[in-house]
Amino acid sequence: MNKLDSKIPEGPLETKWTKFKSTVRLVNPANKRRIEVLVVGSGLAGASAAAALSELGYTVKCFCFQDSPRRAHSIAAQGGINAAKNYANDGDSVFRLFYDTVKGGDYRAREANVYRLAEISTAIIDQCVAQGVPFAREYGGLLDNRSFGGVQVSRTFYARGQTGQQLLLGAYSALSRQIDKGGVKMYNRHEMVEVVMIDGKARGIIARDLVTGELERHFGHAVVLATGGYGNVFYLSTNAMGSNTTAIWKAYKKGAYFGNPCFTQIHPTCIPVSGDYQSKLTLMSESLRNDGRVWVPKAKGDKRKAEEIPDEERDYYLERRYPAFGNLVPRDVASRAAKQVCDEGRGVGPSGLAVFLDFRDSIKRLGRAVIEERYGNLFEMYEKITGDDPYQTPMRIYPAVHYTMGGLWVDYNLMTTVPGLYALGECNFSDHGANRLGASALMQGLADGYFVIPYTIGDYLADEIRTGSTPTSHPAFEEAEKSVKERIDKLMSIKGKQTVEDLHKKLGKIMWEYCGMGRNAEGLTKALGMVRELKKEFWSDVRIPGGTMEFNTELDKAGRVADFIELGELMILDALNRKESCGGHFREESQTEDGEAKRDDANFSYVAAWEFKGEGQEPVLNKEDLKFDVVHPTQRSYK
Amino acid sequence: MAETINLKLKIWRQKNSKESGRFEIYDMPGVNTHMSFLEMLDVLNDRLVREGKEPVAFDHDCREGICGMCSMYINGRAHGMLKGTTTCQLHMRHFHDGETVTIEPWRASAFPVIRDLVVDRSGFEKIMQAGGYISVNTGNAPDANSLPIAKVKADEAFDAAACIGCGACVASCKNASAMLFLSAKVSQFALLPQGEPERRERVLRMVAAHDEAGFGSCTNTGACEAECPKGISISHIARLNREYLAASLVKE
Repeated sequence: MNKLDSKIPEGPLETKWTKFKSTVRLVNPANKRRIEVLVVGSGLAGASAAAALSELGYTVKCFCFQDSPRRAHSIAAQGGINAAKNYANDGDSVFRLFYDTVKGGDYRAREANVYRLAEISTAIIDQCVAQGVPFAREYGGLLDNRSFGGVQVSRTFYARGQTGQQLLLGAYSALSRQIDKGGVKMYNRHEMVEVVMIDGKARGIIARDLVTGELERHFGHAVVLATGGYGNVFYLSTNAMGSNTTAIWKAYKKGAYFGNPCFTQIHPTCIPVSGDYQSKLTLMSESLRNDGRVWVPKAKGDKRKAEEIPDEERDYYLERRYPAFGNLVPRDVASRAAKQVCDEGRGVGPSGLAVFLDFRDSIKRLGRAVIEERYGNLFEMYEKITGDDPYQTPMRIYPAVHYTMGGLWVDYNLMTTVPGLYALGECNFSDHGANRLGASALMQGLADGYFVIPYTIGDYLADEIRTGSTPTSHPAFEEAEKSVKERIDKLMSIKGKQTVEDLHKKLGKIMWEYCGMGRNAEGLTKALGMVRELKKEFWSDVRIPGGTMEFNTELDKAGRVADFIELGELMILDALNRKESCGGHFREESQTEDGEAKRDDANFSYVAAWEFKGEGQEPVLNKEDLKFDVVHPTQRSYK
Repeated sequence: MAETINLKLKIWRQKNSKESGRFEIYDMPGVNTHMSFLEMLDVLNDRLVREGKEPVAFDHDCREGICGMCSMYINGRAHGMLKGTTTCQLHMRHFHDGETVTIEPWRASAFPVIRDLVVDRSGFEKIMQAGGYISVNTGNAPDANSLPIAKVKADEAFDAAACIGCGACVASCKNASAMLFLSAKVSQFALLPQGEPERRERVLRMVAAHDEAGFGSCTNTGACEAECPKGISISHIARLNREYLAASLVKE
């Protein structure tokens, strides 16, 4: 049986969501109180979902591994959030945002979902302003907008370089209000380590208290995962140190299909790696490309200081290759172009793996004060990390793993292939296709949490009003807890020689080398063997100090890295299977004459939804064919 | 080019909230000056794990200076000696060869130690839950541009909203007061028209929650402002006091 029913409502694209909302089944207020929903994750998607579901009257529990929901990694998003408000009067519309997003995703996203996202985008801004989110304003008191990569309108709302922080604090405040009212019970420093299944439905989770090590059982009529992306599979990424795949990986192993796992976004503007000790990479917002010009020297191995290289010896390669979009081409295109010039030996800095992002001309044109107003905090951050002053000398940047478009496969209702198990925000696969446009992650997280799940979850829960609360003494909970305990005991008993970090670094190297910016069959095949070996190495040689019933961050990490290794294997399989290039997935065998990604719509216009078949078994590939009724896929051009 | 320095680290070790803690000394040779402070601790921890010892527990997550998770007292200063910098953004190029660096957790009775350098900041959650929000249910909002807000006010509200909730203000205050944290939220909403309807109740409830969570009173020494990694101004405490006074008068 093919379980891939995307449940896209009938009718024209523009009316699908409206019609859905007015016909979807509802749960009456008295019944909502008796229904319990578990929300795992407290970032934009999780916090907004927990708050909105509690406002509706559901009884909610929310879990996060940090010491406060406010610390979820959404907080670090810098640039902004898109919305089709057309406040700039520059021709923007819901349709254009929809179109840009589908095109930006290189035609690998589902039209109906993306259209809904564009439609909802405007309400998000209204909601956030009402919550007191201090967006940037013009002198007249109205909201200001700026432009982002891959589009030709200004539709990005922002709060200096801290938009994610302000939006998350807005969602966190809504969540705090519900906690105060008793509608949400918050579990900080807790990690979900298993999904509990009863009669084929998700009915709860096992969570681990990260302070005491205690395992806890939690029942829910539905389980909502909003646990973010899995970029840390590459070890070095712009994700927070704790960002992990564990929750969605457990869901995958319980039957939730994994959609397009190999679709990874490599962000073009990050601070380059400086040494072996490097623990993470820091993003410099894409908004910098509004005023910064990207270049490398024309000559190979030119080691002069940037200021000493005259204009005629500089290659502003994005402006040269993509005159229509210039420095504001989408992220995948900009990253690949940076890799190409570095591969040619024209990279800069000590490692040769960097390009310049230069503000000299903007400072000349606009004055230092304007640049400071726009990007002051980013310049400061850059200087703190590198010791260089970007007002004086160009930034050095290089691409880094930033976002994962892949994630759990979900239908239009955001439900996975496991009944009652939902995935929201970055942890689902749904809206960004093979490449996400800047300022769209925040939009999706909040759309899913505030405006989609509150409607769609009712459709499922309407059948659950007679389902009482299952006591957690149920055998399914017993068994799930037992399996978690056994796994932890096994991890602790290995007492090998390598640290968790050693093994994580090894995984990261394999993934970056063979499943990063450029991928080919030979390399991927090699990597598959290497990751399988690494899994054995991990389970026979990892060393975890301390005990299980205490605060033990090495044990926390070990569980996460074990899951990353398995996910890495699936990503490689997916990348091998997808023999076309599209968006951030660049198969070197499939490129146009001038080195752009070449799609193969005849054979690959589908979502790859991988099904877990058991330990040691090959996963099975299910396909959801993508139908484009409105947008006609063409070779993407930003020239 | 990379330079290295040799350091001695004096670190607070404490197994859990019940047992008492003590300082331990670690030699830290060959520290690359391009490292961040937390990466330096990663290197130490890596060594400790290899030696079969338990690593130093510390809170951290984004390592970009925005999540507010990192929280160390370094050489007697919250987040170290650099102004406007969180521990994760502090780099080793600011330390000297041969130096002894003392690393402690936040010290405040409202922030009990969980382990080593990790403290429990749930008092902040209680303050937020008592009114750190505008009561607007999802889906009820008017058009975002229907209410213009003067840019200066919006900018000032942003300055207050930039607080990352790390707790450096509490740790630096001799009274362990959380007034800077609290005032930043009260001030943000007091500056915006959206905050108006709940203005009075908000400040009264949040101040009550602050006191109940065990934070001390403010005596205007200004240490919080000096140590705040986000430069939150003490003028927000002045606004908080005005708000509180006005609310109290109306209440009576």
